[in-house]
Amino acid sequence: MTNEQIQSKVLDIIQPYVKNEEAFANVTSETTMLGDLQINSARLVDIILGFEDVFDIEIEDDDADKVNSVGDAVKLLSEKLAA
Amino acid sequence: MSDKIRVVVTGMGVVAPNGVGTRQFAEALFAGKSGIRQQESMRMAKLGCQVAGTPQGTDALCEQTFAADELLAMNANHRFACLAAVEAWQDAGFTLPERDSDEVDWDTGAIMGTGIGGMDTIAEKVVPLTNAGRAKRLGSTVVEQVMASGTSARAAGLFALGNKVSSNSSACSTGTEAIIDGVQRIRSGQALRMLCGGSEGDSHYMWSGFDAMRVLARHHNDNPELASRPMSETAAGFIPAAGAGMLMLESLDSAMSRGATIHGEVLGGHINCGGHRDGGSMTAPNPVSVRRCIQAAINDAGISAHEIDAINGHLTATIADPREVNAWAQALDLPTERFPHITSTKSMIGHGLGAAGAMESIASLLMLKHGRIHPSINCEDVHSDIAAYAHAIPHQCVEKPDLRTIAKSSFGFGDVNAVVVFRAWHNLPYQS
Repeated sequence: MTNEQIQSKVLDIIQPYVKNEEAFANVTSETTMLGDLQINSARLVDIILGFEDVFDIEIEDDDADKVNSVGDAVKLLSEKLAA
Repeated sequence: MSDKIRVVVTGMGVVAPNGVGTRQFAEALFAGKSGIRQQESMRMAKLGCQVAGTPQGTDALCEQTFAADELLAMNANHRFACLAAVEAWQDAGFTLPERDSDEVDWDTGAIMGTGIGGMDTIAEKVVPLTNAGRAKRLGSTVVEQVMASGTSARAAGLFALGNKVSSNSSACSTGTEAIIDGVQRIRSGQALRMLCGGSEGDSHYMWSGFDAMRVLARHHNDNPELASRPMSETAAGFIPAAGAGMLMLESLDSAMSRGATIHGEVLGGHINCGGHRDGGSMTAPNPVSVRRCIQAAINDAGISAHEIDAINGHLTATIADPREVNAWAQALDLPTERFPHITSTKSMIGHGLGAAGAMESIASLLMLKHGRIHPSINCEDVHSDIAAYAHAIPHQCVEKPDLRTIAKSSFGFGDVNAVVVFRAWHNLPYQS
């Protein structure tokens, strides 16, 4: 799976939680989940579960803690998929 | 009375088994339409009772009403509660505040109760995932769905409420208790408006315990519309139900000052407990406490017993029905022929547990508003212990344009009682 394909799936997963639609429309790999997209921090847990379901992988808490931006998520997922 | 802050109802919202929204609910009630249906989940679980009252068509309504992320954290109880709350809010003349606005409504609060709560979430998610050592998979939304105050907490965010926000629980008197507590809050001058009522989800996990107690009717699984039979000789247990009812209670001054439409007045009410004494127990009411509750509600309303035109009873279709009717007779102490009309909303919608008192209070207000008493269906064979009052039971809708006052009772496990008295508004000229 290419990083573009991963990012597309990541965006589908986070979309329901996005509070700043404008930032979402102009999303880049640097866009941050909490800061730019204004996602409620409690819901990051559900986004991680969404990653696990869609990509059929397991994500450890320590790895999940490192996900701040969309790019972080894509990087983590591509590593997991390659492993 | 004169020094009391008067409290009126300026908004109503309902999600009931025989009608979603007050318009549909009123039509169904006056037509005597049942909302009891066969339930595949109860059949699969081999419960004795396999029918229940469940609201229809709420999923599509939820999609239109709530944001995607909100819906991910809303079980059946939350969905019913918040659909009813949104209807009541808009009916009261308010719009939903923008989610990104920082404005808080400090004058409006909520008491939205539930009798049992998020049993479906516990049964389908918490227990299996925790037992499997996969608690991490519960995500962030389980706590807010199983916490007792989950529904009012969600409503606080929907409406930016800044006054008291809480969820009460007193078993099957929950909905009525919430309304009376809301009235007290407004009377005390601490709030201008309180969004009050009760809700209950539609889960067979919630109903199986009642089935095990053998308090649910088991003999009408093939004829669901005949299953809920309050005041009938052939009543043999209640039919469980789900749904929600929410009322916007408001001080009369506040309602008048903003030109709100007034659906009715809450004249007064009372809440008490029988202490599990004198025949009362966890599951049966102390008859003295029931009489005291009725009389105290009438006193609080500032009326005389003969002013009550109709009773919307608790009347669940158990052996407690004749006892309730007789308790009303003793408490009102009127000649038998003057006994008010008495009707059971549960005959059509079943027993909504924590939602019951609120859905039935809305039924009472709709009766007052339209000058009609809805039928109490499935009791053509009136129970022999209340034959003296058979004339008071409407089997068809009764046109009564001068209908002014309805008393609504709710009783619950724990020997708890709540009685509220509503008055029609259209017959009452405003006096400041």
